[in-house]
Amino acid sequence: MKHFITLYTWLILGFMGMAHAQQTPGTPSEGPVTLTGGTAHIGDGTIINKCNIILDNGKILAIGGQDLSPVGTIIDISDQHVYPGIIAPVSSLGLVEIDAVRQTRDDAELGEYLPNIRSIIAYNAESRVVETMRPNGILLAQTTPQGGTISGTSSIVQLDAWNWEDAAIKLDDGIHLHWPNTYRRGRWWAGESRGWTPNKNYGAQTQAIKTYFDSGMSYRQEQPTIPNEAFKALTGVFDGTKTVYVYADGEREIIDAVHQLRDLGVKRMVLVGGYEAYKIIPFLKAQEIPVIVDRVHATPAQDDDDYDQPFKLPKLLVEGGLLVGLNARGSMERMSTRNLPFYAGHVAGQGLAPEEALKLVTGNTAKILGIDDQYGTLSAGKSATLFVSQGDALDMRTNRLTHAFIDGRRLSLETHQTELYERYSEKYRQH
Amino acid sequence: MKHLTTLLICVLTSHAFWAQDYFPKNDQLNESYAVRHALTNVTLHVTPDRTIENGTILIGDGKIIAAGKKVEVPAEVLTQDGSGLHVYASFIDAYTDFGVEKPKANRGGRRSPQYEPTREGYYWNDHIRPEQNAVNSFAYDKKQAEALRAQGFGVAHTHLMDGIARGSGLVVALNDGSTDAERIIDAAASQCFSFDKSTQSAQSYPGSLMGSMALLRQMYHDLDWFNKQGHTTDRSLTALGAQMNKPAFFEAGDQSNTLRAHAIGAQFGVPYILVGGQDAYENIDAIAASNAAYIVPINFPEAYDLSDPYFAKHLALEDLRHWQQAPHNPRVLDQHDVPFALTTFELKRTNEFSKQLRKAIDAGLNPQSALAALTTTPAKLLGKSDQIGTLEAGKWANFIVTDGPLFAAHTKMLENWVQGQVYELTDRGAKKIQGTYTMTYSDQSRTLEISGDLPKLSLSFGVGDSLTKGSVQYTDHWLQWSVKDKMTDAVVRGTARINEVGGFSGKLFLENGSEIPFEAQRNQTNEVKSANSQDPSSQSETLSAGPLRVTYPNVGYGNEALPQAESILFRNATLWTGEDQGTLTETDLWVKSGKIHKIGKGLKAPGARVIDATGKHLTAGIIDEHSHIGALTINEGGQNSSAEVRISDVLNPKDINIYRNLAGGVTSVQILHGSANPIGGQSAIIKLKWGEDSEGLLYKDMPKFIKFALGENVKQSNWQSFNRFPQTRMGVEQLYVNYFNRAKSYQELKNSGTPYRVDEELETLAEILNGERFISCHSYVQSEINMLMKVAESFDFTVNTFTHILEGYKLADKMKAHGVGASTFSDWWAYKYEVIHAIPYNAAIMAKEGVTTAINSDDDEMARRLNQEAAKTIKYGDMSELEAWKMVTINPAKLLHIDDRTGSLREGKDADIVLWDGHPLSVYTKAEKTLVDGAVYFDLAQDQEKRLAMAQEKNDLIQIMISDKSDGSGPKRAPRKRDRIDFECETIN
Repeated sequence: MKHFITLYTWLILGFMGMAHAQQTPGTPSEGPVTLTGGTAHIGDGTIINKCNIILDNGKILAIGGQDLSPVGTIIDISDQHVYPGIIAPVSSLGLVEIDAVRQTRDDAELGEYLPNIRSIIAYNAESRVVETMRPNGILLAQTTPQGGTISGTSSIVQLDAWNWEDAAIKLDDGIHLHWPNTYRRGRWWAGESRGWTPNKNYGAQTQAIKTYFDSGMSYRQEQPTIPNEAFKALTGVFDGTKTVYVYADGEREIIDAVHQLRDLGVKRMVLVGGYEAYKIIPFLKAQEIPVIVDRVHATPAQDDDDYDQPFKLPKLLVEGGLLVGLNARGSMERMSTRNLPFYAGHVAGQGLAPEEALKLVTGNTAKILGIDDQYGTLSAGKSATLFVSQGDALDMRTNRLTHAFIDGRRLSLETHQTELYERYSEKYRQH
Repeated sequence: MKHLTTLLICVLTSHAFWAQDYFPKNDQLNESYAVRHALTNVTLHVTPDRTIENGTILIGDGKIIAAGKKVEVPAEVLTQDGSGLHVYASFIDAYTDFGVEKPKANRGGRRSPQYEPTREGYYWNDHIRPEQNAVNSFAYDKKQAEALRAQGFGVAHTHLMDGIARGSGLVVALNDGSTDAERIIDAAASQCFSFDKSTQSAQSYPGSLMGSMALLRQMYHDLDWFNKQGHTTDRSLTALGAQMNKPAFFEAGDQSNTLRAHAIGAQFGVPYILVGGQDAYENIDAIAASNAAYIVPINFPEAYDLSDPYFAKHLALEDLRHWQQAPHNPRVLDQHDVPFALTTFELKRTNEFSKQLRKAIDAGLNPQSALAALTTTPAKLLGKSDQIGTLEAGKWANFIVTDGPLFAAHTKMLENWVQGQVYELTDRGAKKIQGTYTMTYSDQSRTLEISGDLPKLSLSFGVGDSLTKGSVQYTDHWLQWSVKDKMTDAVVRGTARINEVGGFSGKLFLENGSEIPFEAQRNQTNEVKSANSQDPSSQSETLSAGPLRVTYPNVGYGNEALPQAESILFRNATLWTGEDQGTLTETDLWVKSGKIHKIGKGLKAPGARVIDATGKHLTAGIIDEHSHIGALTINEGGQNSSAEVRISDVLNPKDINIYRNLAGGVTSVQILHGSANPIGGQSAIIKLKWGEDSEGLLYKDMPKFIKFALGENVKQSNWQSFNRFPQTRMGVEQLYVNYFNRAKSYQELKNSGTPYRVDEELETLAEILNGERFISCHSYVQSEINMLMKVAESFDFTVNTFTHILEGYKLADKMKAHGVGASTFSDWWAYKYEVIHAIPYNAAIMAKEGVTTAINSDDDEMARRLNQEAAKTIKYGDMSELEAWKMVTINPAKLLHIDDRTGSLREGKDADIVLWDGHPLSVYTKAEKTLVDGAVYFDLAQDQEKRLAMAQEKNDLIQIMISDKSDGSGPKRAPRKRDRIDFECETIN
């Protein structure tokens, strides 16, 4: 397969130079496929050694030990590891191609309250950045608008598709609310000091959010005839069909956000960021708030913070009994998202059991996003969305994919980057 | 009103006589008479260390005629008995902008920055303005003069606070009752400088601290050349030359900036008087060693508002400590014999001066030293010791009269005499009338209590202990009050002229309209109540004069003492040598005297601390070829070449990223200039010796490097700028050719022995041509990479390093042939157009083609886990583990020409080593100990201890702040979260 693609690439390159698109999406396999003899990392904290997994009709038909008889095409993955597809939540993947080129940026719309802005229609299924996710095991993403107070509505996609419609596995799953901060940056261009200064408007800003949600609730109950797309898009948060992803880092901001959104009738709520969430674990546990922690590979927010604070934060929350996932938000977040498995690995390096760390990017994330009926763990009946790595996929030293499947379709692990690698390796071989 | 009258009389009688004798007079008869004054029986503080009891000071014509024990006072002299009073020389504020308004900023909305100067016939840079004479825009400010006099000042040095070279300042007496003709003591007394650009021009260069420093150096070179060869008109350099022998004041800022200014001055023989250094206590040894004089503001930080604990937690230990330690600064300077003057500069309001000075004295500053810092020292710094600063005959009659020892808690300044004219600060006629009196009138007897401090007295009136508070005024000898009498439930008003202490008589005005005389007799036993309101024992413990505890650096995670090289034996480790032996298992390594002393099995190391490293890995410290930590500024983008600027000028040893890098196993970094221009600035290569000052961080015999940059950034295509050459890659090539041609000619001229203008920029570029300086070039696209190699070859030198070099894989063969090395990212791409072909296999391809290849960070965060980034080359490109490890150790050491000292484990090399708790390339591994030159700078266990100690210290300081009495009523600051600027090479600041 790999050789075929390489050859194909060479042909394409011969005609088109470098102007090629993404790898062609995989096709459904004919008949069942059995992966035999690998170590299965289920994504729920457990492992099955010498595991056989039967894939059929896009689903995991069965999973078990050596006593499970292989069916159909057999792929021997002895000494290799198999994992559920890694999920990148709250991501702008597919919305921006090149950060510095404005023409390629479609991640942030103008305005403060934009629940009706939908990421899915701008999701670029042919993004070259997206294809570089797959060789590292990232197979699913929640493509999410950025900026403003309510950035818009996200959708969940799989990363091997012809277009956005095919990519979507859960449409319009939630809205994204950026909670105000009790601090704001000094407006240095207006002569203020560059540091952070208390945000005097914090109260007014949270009140504005309340007013907005109250209005949305009123609109829903009235079932008005006047069209209002924004409030229509907000409706789902009151009946639980849409999750509110609320972005907050400070202790006080988190407490305010949770109380206020509960009071406003929001059914499902997920905390994104949560830099200080570890200080209020009992509260978050009592309120059953899951947390999607920001990029682990980050510097501490304050000079005096522990140097390893961002590394260990997910571990602290897990140990406190919270449901925790990881995201890759931050500078250059699209291209950095392919490091998501390594963020989990780094958390394991802080003392969290590796299988627990794996949950942070698979099973837990699926639960948080509400797609755990199909994705996130290797279990019979769920989607056959998984990958095989020669070694431990959470360690960059050993993460090396040999196979990947999305909904049972076997996908290419080549990218334009592997093609360039081949092309120039060939250049030097010829010399 | 009375004061004004007195003052007017003085004006009429004296100044015309001694100064304006040749002025014609048409509005009145030209006649005058100057009264001479004497104060007798006073304690004369002639100088800070010479005091005369029962002395007399005799003044006339604005000057002191005599001051001493035995002064003959002629009969016509107006003599006042000053028994119980003290007389001191008036204070001198050696650094103000008194009466000189700063020009408003003039920045029109431009599409692009302004690179060229706006002036003709002046220096080429608009921010060099030595031709500004403050006296030309001086307008005497009576209101501010009064504010300064109220604090005890009689003379101020003032100048135009605008620009890097700011021109000459003037010295002026704060004498409202005369004219500039008399009160300006010296119209061109000084030359003034700073690092800050002028608001009068938007010229972009310099855009950074290091640019300002380079510009100042070039200014002195240019002056030298102008003096020798100048054949054009340059009003700026002409003025600068004329000022060279005047005292030079340099407004620098914090202590590190004062030392930066001092170094420039020392190079050119200009002993700058350094304005700033409120944090001098942090680096007092270096400051004392500089022998520089200081003018130190006393704008001690206000306490923080801690009412909201959520806010309070954002405060950094550094800020809390500074609040506690800053008032000790003058004392510490004094104890280290640093000559210093105090100033009102930087105070929000002039009237805070005495309160802040009080804090310094409470913190242990010797009052005698405080007096010197306000009188003799500023006089000396201004070169005016012969005219002001002491009470010696012949000097200006500038003195203050107090009712007790100056700086003592309850002492009041009564008068401030300037040029022989009196300005009353407190009503000297006012008697100490506070006390309890028995008042009798008609057949009545009442108790009258007067308390508080002038001018705000309070009064109580009644029978026995049942007193009512009333309102009271005491001015110009008259006491007047109004109070309700409980006995009659009627308002009683009273008035009395106070002639003597002990009692007074006057009149009461009753509600029924009757006026009744009364007598008030002071009760013998009662003491004045007000004196207790500021009991010294209630001073907060923050202001005790104990030793000042600072850490190295004086921030969170600072060291109690500087780490020292130890003798340590690591027993039974897996060694990643980075040498031909590869990894050695179960091997010992002995660190001694800062070096790797011995490597072997079963080593005997007498006296060494033994660390069991069984199951652990020992490697050379990580080296980051491309870092921007530990610097205050990164880019000087004000010109297309800034070869003259030096990152080593702007190191920031307090940057917490140094400590965090150590926690990631990094021991050496090259701090590169940014990529704002094709020719950037000179690098600094440092060892991460957390706690050392700038000098201690820098490599000894540091290899010389300079940053170059290609592509989108230097043609300014990612931001609004359209008027700086080059705007294309074509232009970038020609810019290099042009500069190297000029550098070559410059070198030839220099070699020829003919006189030449020293040009710091061309000096630097000539070093490249001479093989003495190496280029590390920011680069992405293969075309431009090839271009720079060709340019270098045409000038017979080799490019040392391409950094970033994300398309290096496309021309690794050409790079190998040229002999250049590569320092790249493991997997970055897609952040701008020129990196769309960046691939993570880049490092592996280049390495396999024989290019010396390193993985770097260019990022504060990634730098903390470069071991993981190296491991990515195993995934992307099948590097062996040993070769992958070299990409963050010996390979960058080679690129930086420090591989003979560090980068691998070999006997005799610097002991820059890391003990890891597992495989160093694994994502699961942590650095346990990081040693630099054999001293432990990071230790996982110590880190835990530091966290606890910091939490304790912060809490202690917060508790002190909450309970602080001295600041209880003062203004409070909102807690600030510290701002971190994470530099990447595209950070413009």
